[in-house]
Amino acid sequence: MERYATIPIGNQGTLGAIRQFLASLLEKKLVDALLVPLELPTGDNVVPTIVSSPEQVQAANLLAPVMPVNAARLVSRITMISPSPDRLGVVLRPCELRALIELVKLKQASLDKVLLIGIDCHGTYSVADYGKFVSESSSPTEDFLKRVQGGKDDPLLRKACQICEYPVPMCADLTLGLLGAKLDKEILLVASTPEGEQVIQELGLEEAKATERESAISGLVAERAKKREEMLKQIQEEVKGLEKMMATLATCMNCHNCKTACPLCYCKECFFDSPVFEFEAEKYLGWAKRRGALRMPNDTLLFHLTRLNHMVVSCVGCGLCTEACPNDIPVFDIFRLVGYEVQKVFDYVPGRSLEEELPLTTFKEEELPDIGV
Amino acid sequence: MAEENEFEPVIVGFFCNWCTATAADLAGTLRMQYPANIRPIRIMCSGSVDPVYILRALLGGADGVIVGGCPPGDCHYVSGNYKARRRMAILKTMLSTLGIEEDRVWIRWISAAEGPKFARTMNEVTESIKKLGPNPISKDRSI
Repeated sequence: MERYATIPIGNQGTLGAIRQFLASLLEKKLVDALLVPLELPTGDNVVPTIVSSPEQVQAANLLAPVMPVNAARLVSRITMISPSPDRLGVVLRPCELRALIELVKLKQASLDKVLLIGIDCHGTYSVADYGKFVSESSSPTEDFLKRVQGGKDDPLLRKACQICEYPVPMCADLTLGLLGAKLDKEILLVASTPEGEQVIQELGLEEAKATERESAISGLVAERAKKREEMLKQIQEEVKGLEKMMATLATCMNCHNCKTACPLCYCKECFFDSPVFEFEAEKYLGWAKRRGALRMPNDTLLFHLTRLNHMVVSCVGCGLCTEACPNDIPVFDIFRLVGYEVQKVFDYVPGRSLEEELPLTTFKEEELPDIGV
Repeated sequence: MAEENEFEPVIVGFFCNWCTATAADLAGTLRMQYPANIRPIRIMCSGSVDPVYILRALLGGADGVIVGGCPPGDCHYVSGNYKARRRMAILKTMLSTLGIEEDRVWIRWISAAEGPKFARTMNEVTESIKKLGPNPISKDRSI
């Protein structure tokens, strides 16, 4: 069902070839605009940008291993009130794409006139680590590819990426295939839908076979899954039990940054930002009296546990919650651990398919025999 | 006779208006006793119980929480109890994964006709929570 073509690299380098491909999408009017990460003039970060001119797209950098924001949130922002009027191509990493699919199911994003372009993802660094990496390297993207090629362990990768078993986009129209491709010669372009096939046809790209792609993917996935098992076990040791949970969350200052960074915290108005949590002084002193002491700000455990309950079934494990925490609380660790277990209960993989219903919007008459008698 | 210092748990009950809350009435009419440890709150459907209510009760110091809904297939709103069951599966999986006692959270299907089952279940949950002892969270200052 999938159709493959190659994008030749020539002497412009991998990044150059990708830029050329993106520019040709705009030049040939296959899309009217692209949402794509552009490199900052300083070169030490990228920011998602809506680009409509082929010249501007030359600053795109899809290979920079950094994700300051999960762009699913941005696609939702763009299309929530009304669908895109023109053809919009969105270039996303696998976890961004999965989050977007979940948001579409939650009716908070529209894919009308949207071309989903995914890219194989080796993982990303934190914004700070990437900045440092760039300052120490003369050609950061090439250096990064060398560090991770063949599924090598890169200790700079964020924890979330080290254990991510979905390095390949799901539900994309088109995928820029880096895994198993000979990146000194060509990039593989994978079309998974008629829309994607049309792009390959219009661009007149040479059809190809994906000989080494499958084995490269399965090798990387197996390695990541193994690492995930190890890491989840370790996380469980670190956080399991009331005391350890309390200790882990002890420095939470209730800023809700994790909620803001999360692509899937989908409520338009958060219960925890509501006046429900404003109390008279009497209340606080009363609680302190009853317990002997009351840590302030209070209700932080309630916040995290409730957030878990509300969205963890759709958690894609992008890890930006941890990045957003000013006090370095390993929010991702807790969410990934719980998400893994909860998603298993419903055999649900967030972002796997648009048709698969969200676990909380459906049910089976016969299921979960241990819950309720 | 109960000893004077015996632990008396506080158990918050969220009971569906159409079944479990009515069963509670029936138990009363039948003059069946159930423990005063239960603090019943009537709700319109077990499907309307957001996990935050349960968590709020537990973190606020309740020793247990029991949700009572219509037996599967009999929801007044067709499918609220099925959705409650899924929510409960998520909540219990989360609690057990994080090592917070999930045994303190119960869900039971009790129809409006089942006064005796209501009384029996309330006795059961109270005994079970008594065995677990006081909720450690209720003493923790760092919720």
